[in-house]
Formats: sequence, C-alpha cells, structure tokens
Amino acid sequence: MNALRRLTGNCTPRTLWSLAALLLLLLLAPAFLGKYWLSVLILILYFAYVGQAWNIVMGFAGQLSLGHALYAGLGGYIAAGLFFHYGIGPWAGLFAAVAAAALAGAIVGYLGFRFSLAGVYFALLTIAFSEFTRIGFEHWSWAGGSGGLFLKVDAASNLLDLRGGPVMFYYVILALAAGALVLCRALLESRLGRYWLAIREDAEAAQAVGVPVLRCKMLAMVISAALTALAGVWNAFYYNNLFPETAFAMSRSIEITLAPIIGGLGTLFGPFVGAVVLTGLGEAFTDAGDALGIPGIKQIFYGLALLVIVMFRPAGVWPWLSARLGLGERTP
Amino acid sequence: MTADFLLSLAQAVTKGLLTGMVYGLMALGLSVIFGVMRVVNFAHGEMMVIGMYLAWLGFEYLEISPLVSLPAIAALFFAAGYALQRTLISPFIGRPEHQQFLLLLAVAILLVNGALAIAGPDSRGVQLDSQFDSYEVGPLVLDAVRLHAALAAIAIALLLWLFFARTRTGKSIRAAADNHMGALVVGLDVPRLYAITFGVGAACVGAAGALMITIIPVTPFLAGEYTLLAFVIVIVGGLGSMTGALAGGLLIGVSEAVAGLLLQPSLKSMFSFGLLILVLLLRPQGLLGKASR
Repeated sequence: MNALRRLTGNCTPRTLWSLAALLLLLLLAPAFLGKYWLSVLILILYFAYVGQAWNIVMGFAGQLSLGHALYAGLGGYIAAGLFFHYGIGPWAGLFAAVAAAALAGAIVGYLGFRFSLAGVYFALLTIAFSEFTRIGFEHWSWAGGSGGLFLKVDAASNLLDLRGGPVMFYYVILALAAGALVLCRALLESRLGRYWLAIREDAEAAQAVGVPVLRCKMLAMVISAALTALAGVWNAFYYNNLFPETAFAMSRSIEITLAPIIGGLGTLFGPFVGAVVLTGLGEAFTDAGDALGIPGIKQIFYGLALLVIVMFRPAGVWPWLSARLGLGERTP
Repeated sequence: MTADFLLSLAQAVTKGLLTGMVYGLMALGLSVIFGVMRVVNFAHGEMMVIGMYLAWLGFEYLEISPLVSLPAIAALFFAAGYALQRTLISPFIGRPEHQQFLLLLAVAILLVNGALAIAGPDSRGVQLDSQFDSYEVGPLVLDAVRLHAALAAIAIALLLWLFFARTRTGKSIRAAADNHMGALVVGLDVPRLYAITFGVGAACVGAAGALMITIIPVTPFLAGEYTLLAFVIVIVGGLGSMTGALAGGLLIGVSEAVAGLLLQPSLKSMFSFGLLILVLLLRPQGLLGKASR
C-alpha cells in the first residue's frame, strides 16, 4: 500500500480515475474491436512501449540515442534465433536477449560517457554501433544473413512459445506498456530518477554536488536497452521475420524516438500520446495515399504533420493537452 | 604481392580519391552549416539526392550536361537554402538538439518523398558522351567522368575557401561562428549571415549532387545513405573544419574503394563505421579538427 501511495502520491483523483478508465477500456478493447482496429491499437501500444524505454535515456537522463534499433534488433534476433535453431521458447530466450542488449547498451554507454561524448556526437556513436551491427548480421549465417530469419506461423494460441493470434500479442504488449509506465513512474520517484533529471538539466552541476554522473547515465542506458530488447522480442514473434537491413536500420531507430518527442520528452504519458498521434496520422495517410495512388504521398503528409507539430508544439503534445484536460502529471 | 595486385590496388585508390573529392564537397556543405550555426543538417543526403535529380532532369529533358547545369543548380540550392533558413530553421537556432533533429527530419521526409512522388522509385542515370573515355597516367587508367567531377569539386572547394578567406561576407560569417555575441555587438546582421551560410552549404551539396549523378545513378533510397556518409566524413575529418571535410571525403572514398576490392562489397561501409567509432572515441575533434570544440 505504501509503495502504491508513493507511485500515485501526487496525482489528482481525476488523473487516477482517467487512468483506471483507460486501462479498463484497453483491457476490454479486443471484445469489441475488429481485426483492423486491433492491429492499429497493437501498433500504438508497441510504439508507446518502445518510446517509453527510449525516453529513459533521452527524456530522463538527457542523452540523445539515435541507435536504439540496435537493442531491439539484438533482442529480437537472439530470442528468435534460439527458438528457430534450438526450440528454446521466447520466455527463456528473452533472458539471453535482454542480457545481450543490456551488455550492448553498457558498452555503447560506457564508451560514449567515459569519453564524454554529448549531444550530436553521442547520437552519432549510437548510430555507428547500430550500423556496424547491421552489417555484421548481414554476414552472420546463424542469424540468416541478409536473407533474413523466419519463424513458423502458428495460428493456435500458445502463450508459452508466443505463437498465436493478434489478441494474444495485444495483451502481451499491453502488459509491457502498462508495466513500463509503472516502472518509469517508480524510477522517476526514486533517487536515481532525481539524479537523472539533475544530469539532464546540468551535468556539471550534478557532478559538483556529488551525483555519480557516469554510473547514473550507464544505468539509464542499460535499463533502456533491456526494455527495448523486450520490444524487439515481441516484435520478432509478432511479425515472424527479421532482416538486418530493417531490424538495425537508422529509420527503425528514428521511429522509436518519434512518439516520445511528439508526445512530450521526459513526460510519462508523452510516449503513449505521441504513439496515438503518429499511428493515427500514419493510418489516415495510408488510406489517403492509397486513394491518390502517388508513391510517397503518404510520407509527404506525414512529414508535413511532423513539421506542423514541431513548429507549434516543440515541447510535445501531452504537456499542452494535459493542461487543457486538467490531468495532472507534474512535468519533471 | 604480385604486380597485378599492386596495380589494381593503385587503380582502386585513384578511383577512391576521385570519388572522394565529390564526397568531400558534399560533406563540406554539412560542415559549413554545423561550424557556423551548430545545426546538424539531418536532411543533407536528401538535399544531395535532389541535386542529383535536378541534374538528371536537365540532362534528360534539356540535354544539358550536369557539369554545365551545375552553376544553375548551385544557385537554386543557394536560394532554397537561404529561404529555408529564413523561414523554418531560424527559430530553431539554439533550441534543444532533438527539436532541430525532428525539424530537419521532417524536411528530409518531404524532400525524399517529393522526389519519389515526382520521379518514381526507378534509378535514373546520366549517359555522358565521355562515359567511356579515360586518361592514361603511367600504368593507371583514370575515368574521364570521375576525373572531371573531381576537378570540378576541387574548383568549387577553392571558390568556397576564397569566399571565406577574402570576401567581407565570408569574414563576417567566420566572425559570427567564432563569437555569436561579439558579432551582434559589432553590428553584424547575424540572421542574414546564417541564411547565407545555409545557402552556401546547400549550394555545396547541390553541386556535389550534380557531379555525383555523372558517376552513379540516383534513386530516392540513396538519401539516407548519403546523410550517414556525410556524417561519417565530417566527424572523421573534424566537424566544422573545411580541410577536414575534404580530407575525410578522400579517406572514406579510398577506404570504400579499397574495401570493395579486398572484401565483399557489402562489407565496405563496415570499415567507415568502424573508423567513425574510433575517431569519435579517440579524437572526437576529428583528424584535422582543432583540439577544443
């Protein structure tokens, strides 16, 4: 009870009731949503979850990573590879997947922070590692090389092997997204969370008052990479295929960053709101693009929407929206 | 080591040097923009691809060689870059990096998909009359097309150097880059200088695009690759350093050509990214950059 109070301590009753209602709605959603809308909701939750994971590094600790595809790709490849080659189920495989991604995050983080790379320089380091790994996987036959790795599709629901229909995947990603929200809230309320915010605002001042800056940044990278790896595992088993040129692509990394940036960097609910906005726009523009039949038109709409959002809501949609709705989340 | 092997190695190195000059010109644009405004142009490869398409259009429909249409393309890019800075980018100067990143990402998406919508996904190339000509220098054979592109790139880089070293505007831009506040104090019109800088950077990449189309055909999907390539080059050479960008271009050009000869072609960019990681860690100011950044 004490822990719960700490988690919900400074939320208004209105916030808590809205959150409970949203959760209930999401829990019941598969009962009354068709196949298409369920798939859209799955996409939203996926981007909300993976955005939440990225938000820890950038939103909380202030380190711009543009290479998070590395952790999702590693996680997905390892869990899928273990299942494909040895029949080791994803629930066991994810330990290896998470460990590998956390190790990769620790290596990238240590090198970047130890050599005090910041801003664009750190971002480029993360991109370089992701690209480097992509080329490595293209030539690694265990992982299927550039031809890709394919998992057998099995419609019978089997939660143990993560084989089954969209409803099962929906509940798994819902659990992940909800869990990540709670975890991030707990992290932000912890000493570590306060240290991160101090580092984000002014790393030198934080160092001066005794914050263990390197260790805190490293923890942000490791936790974020581990969470991102889970998204990768889920993604690999949901789509049943993996290709190095998409799994480790820079576009995949960018995709991960968009929901939290659009939603509101460093806010807990921003990744979710950003995912709703972006996925909603993406689906609407797909329909419009199909109707017009011009290649690239969907992306043009999408680019215009991004441009409008970044020009008029540079701090993200959620801080503005939450104030409008009277939903209290203290922006840390 | 047979003589044959050494000859093909020397051949690859020359080819890499020539292509590397064009890479260097492309990266020069990125470096100038960053060096002055501290804005990272995430749409750089996309601009390059637009330059390639414009040169292709000129060749295909007006039958003008890219080398001839280059000044017009550069002028157009200058105007577009100037306008872009004045309208979209200017409010974002000094804003957090992720906001600049998102803005230029949106610009990049618009540019590359605009090209896709207009020109389609097929690759478009230019068949020059000099396509198969070559010069023989001792035992080496130099492609005429590559040599012309490299010479043009050198000429443009020299012009750029003259602009920054000799003209009043160029000196003012350097002053604004060194000390933003100081430049304002002595009454320089910094927003205008920034717009000119972005125009100059854009003109560089537009010109590089016009040269590149004579070497390889263009598709919209090259854009992301070129953005990354330009980043690798400027970081390796030294972000904000002009000679660094050119040297970085040569180095990456040669390393790609040699890796393509010795390893599988698909492994060639692994070397570039490995080099990028090493330089970032051991010499983040770049091989030719100044020690403090």
